[in-house]
Parts: sequence; C-alpha cells; structure tokens
Amino acid sequence: MKTLKELEEIRKRTLETINVRKDRTGTRVVVGMATCGIAAGARPVLMSIMDEVKKNNLADVVVAQTGCIGMCRLEPIVEVYKPGEDKVTYVKVTDAKALRIINEHVMQGKIVEEYTIGAGDK
Amino acid sequence: MEMYRSHVMVCRGTGCTSSNSEQIVKNFEELLKQHGLENEVVVERTGCFGLCALGPIVIIYPEASFYSLVKPEDVEEIVNEHLIKGRVVKRLLYAETIENDTIKSIDDVDFYKKQVRIALRNCGVINPENIDEYIAFDGYKALEKVLTGMKPTEVIDTIKKSGLRGRGGGGFPTGTKWEFAAKSQADQKYVLCNADEGDPGAFMDRSVLEGDPHAVIEAMTIAAYAIGSSQGYVYVRAEYPIAVKRLAIAISQAREYGLLGQNIMGTDFNFDLEIRLGAGAFVCGEETALIASIEGERGMPRPRPPFPAVKGLFGKPTILNNVETYANIPQIINNGAEWFAAMGTEKSKGTKVFALGGKINNTGLVEVPMGTTMREVIFEIGGGIPNGKKFKAAQTGGPSGGCIPMEHIDVPIDYDNLIALGSMMGSGGLIVMDEDNCMVDIARFFLDFTVDESCGKCTPCREGTKRMLDILEKIVEGKGQEGDIEKLETLANTIKNSALCGLGQTAPNPVLSTLKYFRDEYEAHIYDKKCPAGVCQGLAKYTIIEDKCKGCGICAKQCPVTAISGKPKTPYIIEHEKCAKCGVCLEKCPFGAIIKA
Ligand SMILES: Cc1cc2nc3c(=O)[nH]c(=O)nc-3n(C[C@H](O)[C@H](O)[C@H](O)COP(=O)(O)O)c2cc1C
Ligand code: SF4
Ligand code: SF4
Ligand code: SF4
Ligand code: FES
Repeated sequence: MKTLKELEEIRKRTLETINVRKDRTGTRVVVGMATCGIAAGARPVLMSIMDEVKKNNLADVVVAQTGCIGMCRLEPIVEVYKPGEDKVTYVKVTDAKALRIINEHVMQGKIVEEYTIGAGDK
Repeated sequence: MEMYRSHVMVCRGTGCTSSNSEQIVKNFEELLKQHGLENEVVVERTGCFGLCALGPIVIIYPEASFYSLVKPEDVEEIVNEHLIKGRVVKRLLYAETIENDTIKSIDDVDFYKKQVRIALRNCGVINPENIDEYIAFDGYKALEKVLTGMKPTEVIDTIKKSGLRGRGGGGFPTGTKWEFAAKSQADQKYVLCNADEGDPGAFMDRSVLEGDPHAVIEAMTIAAYAIGSSQGYVYVRAEYPIAVKRLAIAISQAREYGLLGQNIMGTDFNFDLEIRLGAGAFVCGEETALIASIEGERGMPRPRPPFPAVKGLFGKPTILNNVETYANIPQIINNGAEWFAAMGTEKSKGTKVFALGGKINNTGLVEVPMGTTMREVIFEIGGGIPNGKKFKAAQTGGPSGGCIPMEHIDVPIDYDNLIALGSMMGSGGLIVMDEDNCMVDIARFFLDFTVDESCGKCTPCREGTKRMLDILEKIVEGKGQEGDIEKLETLANTIKNSALCGLGQTAPNPVLSTLKYFRDEYEAHIYDKKCPAGVCQGLAKYTIIEDKCKGCGICAKQCPVTAISGKPKTPYIIEHEKCAKCGVCLEKCPFGAIIKA
C-alpha cells in the first residue's frame, strides 16, 4: 500500500525519466556527465550552459545530463535535440563553444557546424 | 530510477506482435547489452500506436523518430547508427515523416496532425505493464481527487456536465446512467466494463486495454465510488489474450499499491475488480446478455425494463460502460467538465476513436474530436483511397450501422448526425468502400454476420433476418425478382419494431441504408441482371473476344463444366447457360481474350 505522498514521489520521479516521450515542444540540451565526461571538463560546460539558458530566459529549453555517450575521447559532448530535427552532437565542447551553441543553434536555429561530430571526423 | 538518454518504444499491440515485434525487443536488449548501453538506453514494450498496417512500429525518443515496418534484422542498424552514432536511419522511417529529405515531427504528419488523443493518450507512450509510468502521466490523480475531495454526487455532476456519452454504441449519457444506479438502494451494486468488442471492424477497446489498462481500472474505481459499489467485473473476449494479460498485471499492481482492495488510498472506500472471459459471441456485448453471461447463464438478452441500473448483475443495481467510455473518465475529472465539453458538437462531446479499415491507405486507429467530418477522417488522416480508386461509401456502426455515401461526406460526425443519415456511431468501426465494392454484396455480408450471431430467442430476429438474407442471396445470384426490394423493406421494418434486443433491432440497418443510397444497384441486379461493380459472381458474364482469341483451347480444357467449345486455331465460344461463372477461363487464358462484364 502506498500513501498519497509516496504516489506523488513515484509520479515525480518517473515523470522526470519518461517525460521526453510526451513533451516534445521544447529543445533539449544534453551534456555527457559520466566519469569520462567530468574528467574532460563537462561540469563547467554544463554550468555555463545552464547560466546562459537562465540569462536568456529560455523557458522551453531543458538542460539535462546523461551518462557516458560512448565516445570518451571526444568528451565533453553536448547533444542538442530540437523537435522534429535530427539530433546534433557537439564534441570537445568548452565554455566558449557552449555559449556559441546556445546562442546560435538553440536560439537562432543555426547549427555550429565546425563543432559537430561530423566536422571532427573529417 | 535511472535517467535514460534514449527511450526505444516497441509496439506490442496485437497487430505488431503478430508481425514479430517481441523479437525486435529481444534484439534491442541483446545488442544494447553487447555495446554496454543498457544503462543509457531503455527498451519498453508499449501498446498500439494506431498505424498497425505499417507495423511493427518502433519510436525512439527524445527525437521521436517513427520507424515503421521494422524487421528483427533491422535492429542492428538502428542500434549502430541511431543509438550509438546519433544518426537516424532514414531508410526505416515512416515515409510520411520524410519530406524533401528533412524529417518532420510525428505531430506534423497528416495521420496524427488532426488527432486529439484522450482515450488513447497513453497508448504507445507508456509501458502498460509498469504502473509507475501510468502514475507519472497523472495516473490515479483523478481517483485521489475524487476520494479525498469530492462527494459521489459531485462526481456524477461532473460527468453529466461533461456531456460524455457511451462509446459502446448507443450513446447514452454516462452521468445519467450513473445517477440512476446511485439512486437505487441496495446492499451491493456492481460496476461492469464491456470489453466484448463484437463489431468485427473495431479494435479500439482492445488497444486501450493493451496500451493503458490502468486508465480503465482507475475509471471503474471512480464509478464505483460515485454509485456506491465495492465490486466490479471486466468482461473481455477470450480472443484478446494480450489485453487480458496486461489487464491482469495492472489489476495486481493496483492492488499492491493499495489502489484496489480495502481502504483505497487510506480512505474507508473499498473496491475490487475481477476479469470475466467471454467466448466472443456478438450478442454477449448486449448488456443484459453480458450480465447473464457473468452470472454463469447462457448469454441471452432479456427484456428491459427492469434496467440494469435498477436490477442488474445478481439482481443488484449495476452500471455497464464501454472501455473507451471509461478511458475518458480520469481525464474529465482531472481537467474538468468544461474542458471536455468544449470539444465536439452540441450534443456529442469529446472525441471518438475510429478503426479505419477497408479501402483506405492508413488503416489503423485514430481519435478525433466529435464533429470532424468524414472527409477529414478518410482523406486527410486516412490518406484517401488506394490505387486512385473512387470513394463510394463508408460503413459506420458495423453490422448494426449503415453507410454514408459521397454526398454526405462533409457532415460532421456525431451521434445524432449519423442516426439522421440512417447509420449510427456504433463502437467506431469505419469501413471504407470504393467503386469496386458492390453495395448489395456489402449488405449481404453484414446480414450474414447477424444471422450467424442471432441468439435465436425471438422470432423476428431468428426467422426474419434469415428471410432477408435469403432474398439478398437470390439477388446477388441473379435470381432477384420484382417485389424483392419491397419485401426486404417490409421485413426490415417488422424486425426493427419487434425484435427483443439491439442485435435484431439494428440488423436490418445495413440493408435499409444501402437501399436508401444505392437503390439503383439493387435494381440493376434485379432487373438488368447486372452487378455494376462487377463483384457478384452470379451475375458475371464471361465472354471470349473473337479478335483476341488465338484458339489455343486452354480455356476449354480448364472449364470445370465444359461450357467452352471450339476448334483449334479458331475463336472459342462460351455457352452462357452452362457457364458456372467460376472465372477459371479468364485466369488461364494466356492471351487475355476473355472478359468479365
Ligand atoms: C448486439 C449488441 C452488441 C453489443 N456489443 C457491444 C460491445 O461489444 N461493446 C460495448 O461496449 N457495447 C456493446 N453493446 C452495447 C451495450 O449493450 C451497452 O449499451 C454498452 O456497453 C453500454 O456502455 P456505454 O454506455 O459506455 O456505451 C452491444 C449492444 C448490442 C445490442
Ligand atoms: S433480437 Fe436476436 S439476438 Fe436479440 S434476443 Fe432476439 S433473437 Fe436473440
Ligand atoms: S467461367 Fe468457369 S464455368 Fe464459365 S466458361 Fe469460364 S471456366 Fe467455364
Ligand atoms: S484460352 Fe484464350 S486464346 Fe485460348 S482458346 Fe480460350 S479464349 Fe481463346
Ligand atoms: S499494434 Fe502496433 S501500431 Fe497497432
């Protein structure tokens, strides 16, 4: 038997993990934050992204973190999901790069090609 | 709970399961493990997404990439490309989501754009076997609201004000039904759910139970509180094994969480649910027959009154509602009666789920606001008629309903408009017919179904429908006579007025409505001995075109009744009196020299 409080906790906890299936209206910026990412400097990147999002009042932008994305040598990695578009993966992101990603891609819809994973491979 | 970066939703509805979606789930799980991704990517089995004809369907969030016709061997590519490298596998995407090489969101695809998902809101979105996922999207919030803050009369008022009407066929106002039962005094009352789904073209109830079983449990508990009941039954046809299994899992999870059983949510309210399996007779979906069947009697209707709200299961006050009706209830409580009543037409509120079938591009399940036109449903959401054929009519209401011809295709769909057109909403089966369908044959098909399903208790239905069927069979065989149409009409009216239950009362509808809109087709069969659509074999005339016939003699050898004769190298001839209209000669002629007219 669950108390009402427990039900509410289950609701909140589960919603955080599965809301991406319903709420597809906003942009999601996801930072790889496993050990490798943190070692590579993902935390300051995450912080500056959050600051920038707050500063510009981007209410429909969700900043999230995720585990190892599986490409440790390219960390820190930032992924941008815009509804209806392919995911864009940025690699070896720094504070300064993160600011451009937010300003140009998230806010104006212009992908910063030179930081993307495709550009790194070439 | 883990935070996953990607959610792979694999449809495990009946349609996709039969095209092997379980193997797809297993392949995903195995490959993700091989790549060490099992803590980052979660694979969930969901209910039906509605586009069953394009199944198996896989949706991957957060991109909401909609993959269709996925085969187990495609999984490796999806894992390697999409989940590891972040590149959507365009080859496997639902074609409608690709436009000029860019990918559209599924919300912008024609099939989904006009849909409003209330009853189906969780189908394909949650794992129905995990109660936490239901809870996450406001599940059991309505029950909490009701148990901790509303009086039973307030619940009934809310449902009445919402304008919700029964989705099982008749369209009776749900709140009013609850009010009758609430006012009946008794030591026990029952809450029943009708998941018999007898219309052969409908499968929305199955999809709701498979994709969102907790919505039905929550709604029935709310209904029980409103009328003062402590026991409920869900009557499901045994041919729905996946639905039955998911419902059973959901019931046991709800009990575990204290959402069914004694002292629900710590209040003094008690309610529990059991599943009863029906053998799948159409008449068992009728309320009094269904009740008899739960009682262990033969599933036969009895006269009403007394209505079940007064004297139902085991002689106690009982309410029976359809699965889809229930699926709306928690939403109405959470969002308010006004929210619901703002959708739809004056007397039909909210949405309706339709199962699109027949000659239509997007066969599947769609949910649209009441008042959407048939044209929007068929041509915009449904993608129109395949192969450039012309639309002829749409049958709604299954074997109890009728057809809507082209001239009425812009009528807003609601209960009353459909009845005015000589059809009915029914449970939401919608079969599209094109120029190649013979309307007399369609009427015969539905009547054949009701004759088979008649329980035989009353004469008008047992004998009358059979006589109607005999006449129709004569007509499609080319033996129709003057006066047949009038005989059909007289019989139809007698049956409508004197049959005991809805099965008999509505059985003549397909005949009456095709007579109303396509009388000329009946007349062509009877007087001209012609089937305008070329469907009725009995009226077909096979002829050899002299110019094309090479005199090879193949047709004569194949004809089972030796109706073809001729000399080699000269044109052969078919004796029409002898011809059994089997069509073999037409199929076998290597030169296309035989035609059917
Ligand atoms: C022959 C016959 C078959 C029926 N089959 C079903 C059915 O399969 N499912 C259903 O919900 N209602 C069916 N009904 C309607 C039920 O009798 C009843 O009206 C309905 O379940 C009430 O629920 P609602 O008010 O929520 O629609 C059938 C009625 C008749 C006469
Ligand atoms: S109308 Fe038909 S199905 Fe209904 S009780 Fe009479 S015989 Fe049985
Ligand atoms: S339709 Fe059949 S029966 Fe008639 S001529 Fe051809 S093969 Fe013979
Ligand atoms: S099979 Fe065709 S070509 Fe040959 S004899 Fe028959 S009609 Fe003529
Ligand atoms: S069963 Fe998979 S889409 Fe309907």
